[in-house]
Amino acid sequence: MTEGTNVALAPADQQGSRTSYLRALFMRSESLRGYALLSPTLAVMLFSMCAPFALMVIMSFWTQIGFKFDTALSVTNYREILDSPIYSALLIRSLKISGACALATVLISYPMAYYVAFHVHRRKLLWIILMTLPFWTSYLLRVFAWKIILGYNGVINSGLKSMGLIEQPLEFLLYSPTAVVITLAHAWAAFAVLPIYVSLEKIDRSLLEAAADLGDGPVLRFLRVTLPLSLPGVMAAMLLIFIPTVGDYVTPALVGGPDGTMIANIIQAQFGKVNNWPMGAALAISMMAIVAVISLAYVWVSRKATEQIG
Amino acid sequence: MSDVSYIKRPNRPLHVYALSYLAFLYIPVLFLPLFSFNDSIYISFPLKGFTTNWYASMASDEPMHAALINSLKVGAVASVIATLLGILGAKAVTRYKIFGQRTVVSTIMLPLVIPGIVMGVALLILLSRIGINLSLVTITLGHILICVPFSMATLMARFEGLDSSMEEAAADLGDNAWWVFWRVTFPMVFPGILASLLLCFTISFDEFIMAFFLSGTDPTLPIYIYSQLRFPQKLPGVLALGACILVVSFFVVFFSQWLQRQGEFGAAGKGDHA
Repeated sequence: MTEGTNVALAPADQQGSRTSYLRALFMRSESLRGYALLSPTLAVMLFSMCAPFALMVIMSFWTQIGFKFDTALSVTNYREILDSPIYSALLIRSLKISGACALATVLISYPMAYYVAFHVHRRKLLWIILMTLPFWTSYLLRVFAWKIILGYNGVINSGLKSMGLIEQPLEFLLYSPTAVVITLAHAWAAFAVLPIYVSLEKIDRSLLEAAADLGDGPVLRFLRVTLPLSLPGVMAAMLLIFIPTVGDYVTPALVGGPDGTMIANIIQAQFGKVNNWPMGAALAISMMAIVAVISLAYVWVSRKATEQIG
Repeated sequence: MSDVSYIKRPNRPLHVYALSYLAFLYIPVLFLPLFSFNDSIYISFPLKGFTTNWYASMASDEPMHAALINSLKVGAVASVIATLLGILGAKAVTRYKIFGQRTVVSTIMLPLVIPGIVMGVALLILLSRIGINLSLVTITLGHILICVPFSMATLMARFEGLDSSMEEAAADLGDNAWWVFWRVTFPMVFPGILASLLLCFTISFDEFIMAFFLSGTDPTLPIYIYSQLRFPQKLPGVLALGACILVVSFFVVFFSQWLQRQGEFGAAGKGDHA
């Protein structure tokens, strides 16, 4: 495809009927011209995603021997992942933490998105920017902020102590799965607010008027009109948060402690101090595969559910 | 439309909720600047006293300066290349009816939903197998990959919002494709391009997860900060640095979002009030 377009892009220098034919074909086909324009971007993105992933898949079938790789293909790594209880336990914990985080973030963000969509009439733009602004600032620093807030001698503990409300620091705050969920919910809030806001904003206001005219009170109207129509945004938000957070390792490393360690911490260790790259590749692929299966199942179920409602 | 029906009646509890939500978003981050002026190496209440020592010590921190310069370089190159790719991609998918458009767009947007660690290790494997040493260049490559989706999204909104008849008019009046782009399209999408550059720069400047895997001996600023977190006596310095980064990022991002969404709202606002 690119070959043809390149030829056709050359200056029109009457090289013969073949070139002009290609050129005519090219100019006539909007799709081809579109692809010609798109090709650098698409090529860069495809190459820099496909090549590393293909290689990672291959490497996951290798085995690490000392500082070298045994490049004979085997499923040793995957067998070990299945056999060893640590990996599955960590994976299940990661899925639970991410699921809880996605749910919590969507629940706290829904009223906010609702407020901006229905009750903010002036300066909507300012509200939207305010809601999403922290998302763009340093992730590392935001996680670090939670570390100093939840820490043993951190903001909450030292604050409560200096007010005389507690004698001993509350230990459950930092280094727990709860701390990870709170930190992640804070970090990914924008991914929940925006899709929900967009789906709420799209709702035709006359439907709400109609529901009201037909006698629905505010609660019923919300349950029967607003909520079902905003479900696509809610579904998207859940996925947009769930998928990346399963693979997060900074938050668990900084605020998770031993009970909050997630699968990505183990993957990171395979490429660091454990130095078993093939195992790390196999773990990364297993994680991706499970997340993909869960996401697809989720999309399927939610489609079915939405059809039922509609 | 004219009657302010009770659907639009102000809702006080919801208003309070919205304000507390913003507090939840912003207050945790504000502790960084707060403690960066605290005269104690322990980050805890009660505050001991006001000092600017931690900021003064930044001036003599040579490794930090090196890391800052590295981050600026990576951010500049990554944002320019990602934005160029974004312009091409956004123009192609918004201006031409192309076959399999949805698939193409979702493919380019894929890095948004792939966990950073997976992309980081996959690129690390590729680079080490083809024998490229880790350096600032490899970090830049990784950052381009994650910036392109954001650049595309920003610019697609901009391209969709503008009237293609202007371009057609210019073409009819005899401009060739490059002139049309340069004299008509570019000025109209310029705010989007600026927004994309700023956004990509901030993303790259703050990116840690991929840089962690792809950095060689030269650290970027987030890598440097992460390495300092292990030393309690360095924490106040990190707070001061973090506070500076946050303030700058907030302004840059605010400006870029304002640039981008202003266009969106200007275009959407007209037909939206049914």
